[in-house]
Amino acid sequence: MSETLAAAATDLVPVTVLTGYLGAGKTTLLNRILSEQHGRKYAVVINEFGELGVDNDLVVDTDEEVFEMNNGCICCTVRGDLIRIVTALMKRKGRFDGIIIETTGLANPAPVAQTFFVDEGVKARTRLDAIVTVVDAKHLPERLLDSEEAAEQIAFADVIVLNKMDLVTPAEADAVEAQIRAINRSARIIRAEKSKVDIAELLDQGAFDLARVLDHMPDFLETDEHTHNDEIASMSFEAKRPIDPEKFNAWIGDLLAQKGQDLLRTKGILSYVGDDRRFAFQAVHMIADGDFIGPWKNAEGKGEERISRIVFIGRNLNRPQLRRGFESCQIPETTVD
Amino acid sequence: MGETVSADHILQTRGTQSQFDAFVVSACFDREGGQAAFGLGDGTVRLVSRLNPNTWLTAEAHDGALLALAPNTAQTGFVSGGDDGALMRIAADGTASRIAKFGSKWVEKVESFADGKSRLIAASVGKHLHLLDGAGQTLKVLEHPSSVTGIAFDAKGKRVAASHYNGASLWFVASKTDNPRRLEWKGSHLGVVFSPDGENVVTSMQENSLHGWRLADGQHMRMSGYPTKTTSLSFTKNSKWLASSGAESIVLWPFHGGGPMGKAPTELAGGDNVICTALACHPQHDAVAAGFSDGLVVMADINQARILPVAGTGRGPVSAIAWSADGTHLAFGTETGFAAVVDFTKR
Ligand SMILES: [Zn+2]
Repeated sequence: MSETLAAAATDLVPVTVLTGYLGAGKTTLLNRILSEQHGRKYAVVINEFGELGVDNDLVVDTDEEVFEMNNGCICCTVRGDLIRIVTALMKRKGRFDGIIIETTGLANPAPVAQTFFVDEGVKARTRLDAIVTVVDAKHLPERLLDSEEAAEQIAFADVIVLNKMDLVTPAEADAVEAQIRAINRSARIIRAEKSKVDIAELLDQGAFDLARVLDHMPDFLETDEHTHNDEIASMSFEAKRPIDPEKFNAWIGDLLAQKGQDLLRTKGILSYVGDDRRFAFQAVHMIADGDFIGPWKNAEGKGEERISRIVFIGRNLNRPQLRRGFESCQIPETTVD
Repeated sequence: MGETVSADHILQTRGTQSQFDAFVVSACFDREGGQAAFGLGDGTVRLVSRLNPNTWLTAEAHDGALLALAPNTAQTGFVSGGDDGALMRIAADGTASRIAKFGSKWVEKVESFADGKSRLIAASVGKHLHLLDGAGQTLKVLEHPSSVTGIAFDAKGKRVAASHYNGASLWFVASKTDNPRRLEWKGSHLGVVFSPDGENVVTSMQENSLHGWRLADGQHMRMSGYPTKTTSLSFTKNSKWLASSGAESIVLWPFHGGGPMGKAPTELAGGDNVICTALACHPQHDAVAAGFSDGLVVMADINQARILPVAGTGRGPVSAIAWSADGTHLAFGTETGFAAVVDFTKR
């Protein structure tokens, strides 16, 4: 069963979303990806306000058209143009190695990400591989002060390219990296000059299917950095006893329904009671998805400890409440043998 | 078991078929009804004639994928739109000529209309609906609040409807002032049809439902309960029934006797976990031809609830289906490149 699932997953066309503020080097990075990936075929979706020309056989020029879903919630938004484009691209003859979607500098990444969870046709043919956010090491501190989107783009990222490293001192670089970490603990940060990045580190990450996302977590120690409530922060929690799926579903469903607008991304790897496979859970705002991914590294019981982990990235996070909630999803202590 | 007639019986005895290696995006007949065309994901249009059913012609229409196909405004030929930004005319002999080019933008939807008095081509490019005459000259460019996702002319060619976010816009083709009637309903609308009597406009929506407007009084009509998106909508000729894809059966909404509000739809040819993916109502009778995700194609008599198999399963999900105007020939194609025309003429 899991083998057929895995086979099906590899048939899905990977989608990489490229976000970043104007001037951060997003289009330069895109052109670098396209020129360095010889022999691979990408469909590139760009927005009408693109900074530079994009050199590729198949470039789709689009207006970012976000619509609200009919559930009356302002965070449940989807890119309708992407649904149409991806659906039509899948009818083209010949396969793509991937689709790369560039967003405008001011874009909130939530609608793009949610598109890949919400639309059944898109879900059946593609998988969101990773959200890559390009940031300008020199100007990020200012951007974080003057725009909400800069923090949101970091919050949603699976991979962050910390670009223009040639323009900052080592101390400035460390400071900006600490700022990024305060927003998003789980993204991988790649330092770069002039958008020079090992492309293999950006594409085919499987970051969104969570098989490895939490491997990149630096640590799960609680830190007590002071954050204001309206700032985006991330918090992560562990549970050593197996998780009861029913309890978890009830808790997370309720949490997302209540606080989904503030929760930008939620990701978790869970050890369900009585199952040798890892359960990967993720949500963008209130739109959630979950599936079993491969077995724990050592299903026989040695080696990897089956620790369930969850990370929340969002605003107004209440640490004690989230921790209590997550820990209460464990099976009772007495039933552990 | 040996007694049962193969589900392929009609296809085998009354059909011509071909297997291509690209997705069949759209199928239609020319106005005369003598030739069927299949628009493919490889940018070609494949043609086959009633008189010469064993010869398939290929028109190289688009440098990329074909996105839309409609009959030409003349008696023969076709018009098509593609992701190369081109609006093309395809002659009966397979010659392709460009009507217009819209830069790098996609030509996503194309519809046409022709009667004794007027000949019209409508093509959507982003938020714009380009209205052209039969010769390909632009008559007007109609702008919408967001991308146009569907186009429908009324039966007389007087009005054209375009679906988009939050509803549809209804334009009078000959109007000097370009103010549309806005049919509003929140959400993403993906396609639009006019009832042949001109009284109702219905859209399909992202959220697995349909929305209709009764034009006389603006009454809203909500039709929901689909497990997937409806990609195919078709009224019967008498406007009594609206057939729709997207469920595990052909779903028919009664547009008579006070319906569809408060009425349950009629469901035909239901199966298990097999979604109806494309359908087209017969141009005269209360009958509908429908294709399913397992490749099955059937013809359903609506009033008798009788089902006639046309083609069996196994050739890929049916992605396009169309009748000739005289209702004697049915064309259908699948996601995996199968294309066929079946002759229903009395023998
Ligand atoms: Zn929401």
